[in-house]
Amino acid sequence: MLRYAIRRLLFAVPTLLAISFVVFALLDLAPGDPTAQLPLTIPPETRELIRQSLGLGQPFPVRYVRWLEQFLANEPLNLVEVLFGIKIGDSAGRLRVSSWATRSPVVDLIAQRLPQTMTVVGVSYLVAILIAVPVGVFSGYRQYSVFDQVGTFITMVGFSVPTFFTGTVLIVIFSGALGWLPSIYDTTHRVTDLASLGYQLRQMAMPVMVLALFSAAQISRFTRSAVLDTLHQEYVRTARAKGLSEPLVLLVHVLRNSMIPVVTVIALGLPTTFAGAIITEQIFRINGVGALLIGAIEGADIPTVQTVTFIFAGLIVFFNLVADLLYGMLDPRIRYD
Amino acid sequence: MIRLRIPILTALAVVALAVAAAAERGTDGELRMLYWQAPSILNPYLSGGTKDIHAASLILEPLARYDENGDMVAWLAAEIPTLDNGGVARDLRSITWKLRDDVVWSDGTPFTAEDVAFTAAYCLDPSGGCASLASFQGVGSVEAVDDHTVRIDFDVPMPFPYAPFVGSVLPVLQKRQFEDCMGARAPECTTENFAPVGTGPFKVGEFRPNDVVRYVVNEHFRDPDRPAFSSVLLKGGGDAVSAARAVLVTGEFDYGWNLQVEPEILADMERAGKGEVLSAFGTFVERLVINKTNPDPALGDARSTHQDGGNPHPFLSDPAVVRALSLAIDRDILVEAGYGPAGRVTCNVLPAPAVYASTANDWCATQDIEYANRILDDAGWERGRGGIRAKDGVRLSILYQTSTNSVRQGTQALIKQMWREIGVDTELRNINASVFFGSDPASPDTYQKFYADIQMYTNNFDGTDPQAYMAGWVCDKIPGPDNQWNGSNISRYCNPAYDALAAEFAETGGIERRAAIAKRMNDMLVSDGAMIPLIHRGEVGAKARSLGGLRHNAWDATLWNIHEWYRVQ
Repeated sequence: MLRYAIRRLLFAVPTLLAISFVVFALLDLAPGDPTAQLPLTIPPETRELIRQSLGLGQPFPVRYVRWLEQFLANEPLNLVEVLFGIKIGDSAGRLRVSSWATRSPVVDLIAQRLPQTMTVVGVSYLVAILIAVPVGVFSGYRQYSVFDQVGTFITMVGFSVPTFFTGTVLIVIFSGALGWLPSIYDTTHRVTDLASLGYQLRQMAMPVMVLALFSAAQISRFTRSAVLDTLHQEYVRTARAKGLSEPLVLLVHVLRNSMIPVVTVIALGLPTTFAGAIITEQIFRINGVGALLIGAIEGADIPTVQTVTFIFAGLIVFFNLVADLLYGMLDPRIRYD
Repeated sequence: MIRLRIPILTALAVVALAVAAAAERGTDGELRMLYWQAPSILNPYLSGGTKDIHAASLILEPLARYDENGDMVAWLAAEIPTLDNGGVARDLRSITWKLRDDVVWSDGTPFTAEDVAFTAAYCLDPSGGCASLASFQGVGSVEAVDDHTVRIDFDVPMPFPYAPFVGSVLPVLQKRQFEDCMGARAPECTTENFAPVGTGPFKVGEFRPNDVVRYVVNEHFRDPDRPAFSSVLLKGGGDAVSAARAVLVTGEFDYGWNLQVEPEILADMERAGKGEVLSAFGTFVERLVINKTNPDPALGDARSTHQDGGNPHPFLSDPAVVRALSLAIDRDILVEAGYGPAGRVTCNVLPAPAVYASTANDWCATQDIEYANRILDDAGWERGRGGIRAKDGVRLSILYQTSTNSVRQGTQALIKQMWREIGVDTELRNINASVFFGSDPASPDTYQKFYADIQMYTNNFDGTDPQAYMAGWVCDKIPGPDNQWNGSNISRYCNPAYDALAAEFAETGGIERRAAIAKRMNDMLVSDGAMIPLIHRGEVGAKARSLGGLRHNAWDATLWNIHEWYRVQ
């Protein structure tokens, strides 16, 4: 298994390099100008000087190699310096990947935004799993029961109604009419005591609900169909024939075997807890990584888009590997050596 | 009756006392503002974006500001230099600012003329990418005469010498802080650009780019009783509609900026009673820019190039056609449908300040389809196939483009319908704003290339003096391949008489004479059909009922007098 993991990690290197080239080239070829959002009162000659100061005058290969160097060498070095409080070489003169909009290092921006994205999207994902798996298992086990029908209806609604709609409806009800929950997320809020924890839970409630409804719908559908598949397997009939109790059959024989597709879905969904939820973050002004990405796209802040996209790509490659390794643990028949 | 009156008077006196008591520094708690376009950087010289200029205006201050009427107010200067008080030289080649001597930076060091001179040097460094470079046009040198006197020398006589250091776009930076951030190093100074030391009522407490700024009181601020608020939260993100909702409906925020929201929705929200909508009008005009050159794709690289008048537009070069197009538009409907409190009908490219506003073009304000039809009939454009007019094989068929934006697309659809009534066929196109307003010389879709017959957008000028703005339509500024399509004369309008007026404008002093020239230039642009002005656009904001002291201002950052804002008790 270890050898397999190492081999997969090594394979990931060329994959990621290829991704980095495609991401960089695509965004570079895409039309867009970082000075396009400036007021028209700024004359074209000044805009040209601004573009020059952003390093846009250089040819594509030079910019690509510089970005690779900055992202793959300078940024990790900087991270090591910050983590261990040491200085390696000329750390002040080392250029980092800088955003065109804020003129500050992109990695710092991401680090600043990860906490709120991970609390909100991460918690919602956790809530979604906690709801979806039991609901899915029970729906599958009692197929076509009232519980299953209601569950199917709710998950269909959750899956088909877009988050910008559910989000706005929740705001209108809970912030507008009832005035219970804040509609705008305060990213500067610090949890220090019970009261501030209460506020944190209140401001998280709506975005978490919106996102959890969406993810739970998806996961529970997968769980239900996986359970249904497993229930018709020979070994389940054998287990029942042996006289095992129903809970034992369901929780040991059925559940473990039906978890394989579910784990894939959950693991492949995990990168989104880092990537953030673009629409929901926008609605509640959580300003996490998703909001960073969409803002950068709108403002043609290419270095930010490139870096964020590339980090997502890396996370997806990584979680694919995690999912594959988890199969081996869940299903003893799968061996990688 | 008398008995009743006394308690009322007493109550009034108590209220008055309460208000007086509140006029003390930091007693009104937190001010919460919502900018749906969040600030990215707090150094306006490196951004130029309006949101960043506003966010920095609480911290950094200029020598003079414009008040809500567009009048200059001395800010860090002791007085406004004029010809009469000797501040402006007789030959108009220099201006001397006397600075206040009671101003201290938020780090406790004194504010001096050296800081002003340094700021000029900082922006004039060409490798720094300073967004306000154009405001220093004609500046020869900026010199600190003594600690509290700074003299700006110009290369040419400047009848309006108040461009540098007036208004929120051009505040003074602290020399001590930015000394090592000149030129190419400017963007690398992240710490400085994120927390500039200023002279304003607030300083940065915490800044998260593109998310939120938390300001705290600058304890060195020169007015000991102000600001009334102890901290300011400026939150960003989301969209205009939900920002309006947060101020007007849920009441979570005290102030919201740039609420370009459909007028019906805004009016509906205002009825919730938590706040009110504010609008202020500066110089923004939504206009149709007419292409005076031929954009025919068959011309290849020569499309939309001026060629010294050798490539005229087949029909829009005729002012009568443009006049008919203008008359056919019902501007009231456009305002009602897309702008509401944020728009007024205008027939001028230069609608404000009031002294510059011409009345010669008021004919355009009311739609007159019949008259428009008659103009076209008289000019020989006859209705042909499908009711579309044509003359000598040229059909009145217009490609009309603008940036992608729901209000603009609504306006496009309405205008298309109105033009249909005078026998003009219109094809609509919209282009993503970052491409349309981008200046990629390789892209065929920029507003500068103008590969269309008519395009619509808003333009304006900073401050109150229109000299540089009006000079934008001289022949020399026509974009084309020779200047990488960089030029402000997007209409490709070329009229020697206009050029002569622009030259005269640059040399004429005295507000009345300047206003007369500006009006003539404006009338020329409209009557020669270089542009069809549509809507004078205002800045729309919303404030909570409990917020007082606001003087909504379109001539400077709306937060210009934030030190006077207070909580209504």
